Amino acid sequence: MASKEEILAGLAEIVNEETGLETDAVQLDKSFTEDLDIDSISMMTIVVNAEEKFDVTIPDEEVKNLKTVEDAVNFIDNAQA
Amino acid sequence: MATIKQNIPNAHTRILGIGAYRPSEIVTNDDICQWIESSDEWIVKRTGIHTRHRAPQDVAVLDMAEHAAREALANSGLTGDQLSTIIVSTVTFPYLTPSLAANLADRLGATPAAAYDISAACAGYCYGVAQADALVRSGDSTNVLVIGVEKLSDVIDNTERSISFLLGDGAGAVVIGPSDVPGIGPSVWGSDGSKWDAIRMTHPLTDIRAVEEGRERTHAKDLVDPETGQMRPDATLWPTLRQDGQTVFRWASWEGARVAQEALDAAGLAPEDLAAFVPHQANMRIIDQMAKVLKLPESVIVARDIAEAGNTSAASIPLATHRLLAEHPELSGKPSLQIGFGAGLVYGAQVVLLP
Repeated sequence: MASKEEILAGLAEIVNEETGLETDAVQLDKSFTEDLDIDSISMMTIVVNAEEKFDVTIPDEEVKNLKTVEDAVNFIDNAQA
Repeated sequence: MATIKQNIPNAHTRILGIGAYRPSEIVTNDDICQWIESSDEWIVKRTGIHTRHRAPQDVAVLDMAEHAAREALANSGLTGDQLSTIIVSTVTFPYLTPSLAANLADRLGATPAAAYDISAACAGYCYGVAQADALVRSGDSTNVLVIGVEKLSDVIDNTERSISFLLGDGAGAVVIGPSDVPGIGPSVWGSDGSKWDAIRMTHPLTDIRAVEEGRERTHAKDLVDPETGQMRPDATLWPTLRQDGQTVFRWASWEGARVAQEALDAAGLAPEDLAAFVPHQANMRIIDQMAKVLKLPESVIVARDIAEAGNTSAASIPLATHRLLAEHPELSGKPSLQIGFGAGLVYGAQVVLLP
């Protein structure tokens, strides 16, 4: 099971692969849409890749609640438990 | 006891010829921005679409189907009277009954060919190919005309942002008949009705009658103001299309790729054996994602007709195939993986030898 730090690092890699953003830019307080300029389709790609990487399920209706990187880290952390 | 005689089956089938019809009116992204707040750059980045064709009011769904059908027949070296079956996939023929196919059969001189319409939205062309392949192999039909045709401009609301700006009109047709060599692989097709409303009409047609008779219309979620819970004043009585874009993107890109892989495996081919990949032209981002998940080598030409044609639902695969063959005539006789997916949700895929 990944720690919160490992989840953040893993998410940063996934975001980097999808958008080309530097991994350092992916910080807990960043908003996916406002700060990282990630559109709804890229967000879905990130979600699917995160599901695979962390072996969790992130339902479609949950994705709209993942506004910040921290929201996603917390969701994945809880879903792993 | 007497024994029932059954048809002698045909060993193999293939696509004999293809035809297409693209309406003359071209709608640009700048045109779209008259109706929704957006930009050419935003639309291209999210969808890959630059233009879409839309039919003028005096061009009917039947007219578009006939144009495509006549080219497919000529391309096959056949005439209408040699057709034994006509299958039309459409969700935009404006009569619940009778079918477009029966009318078309008459226009093409194909009477008394069996003729019927199917409702499988963007998977409809692949559903039609699956049926035509089975009908010809069983010996029940000799030559089957399969058409995907849509006049989606009749069922959109240009001011909404979920799907209308993606959509265009058009028709594509193929004739499928007996073959000396295997030309159509096993079809992988199915449905997932748990996502029935992921792509939907806003409300049922019967609402029109309800309002005419003074009864209350459906309190449809797409027509209700989320803040007040009341019907929006601009809610039209004519139903139009909506979609949940993220849900559809996820399902189409990953589940779609899985289905396409199954069709490839069922045909006994590897990705490098393919000459072309023709997915339903829903969104360039879905096409890119599917090609990535399928790990297609660079030698496989991926159809990207969507840039110019938009999403034409059941017509998109034959339209895109028609363009590929015009631009790359060397693809004739080579294997192409095609997959349709859409409202239902439904999906269908098979490998075909290009005509």
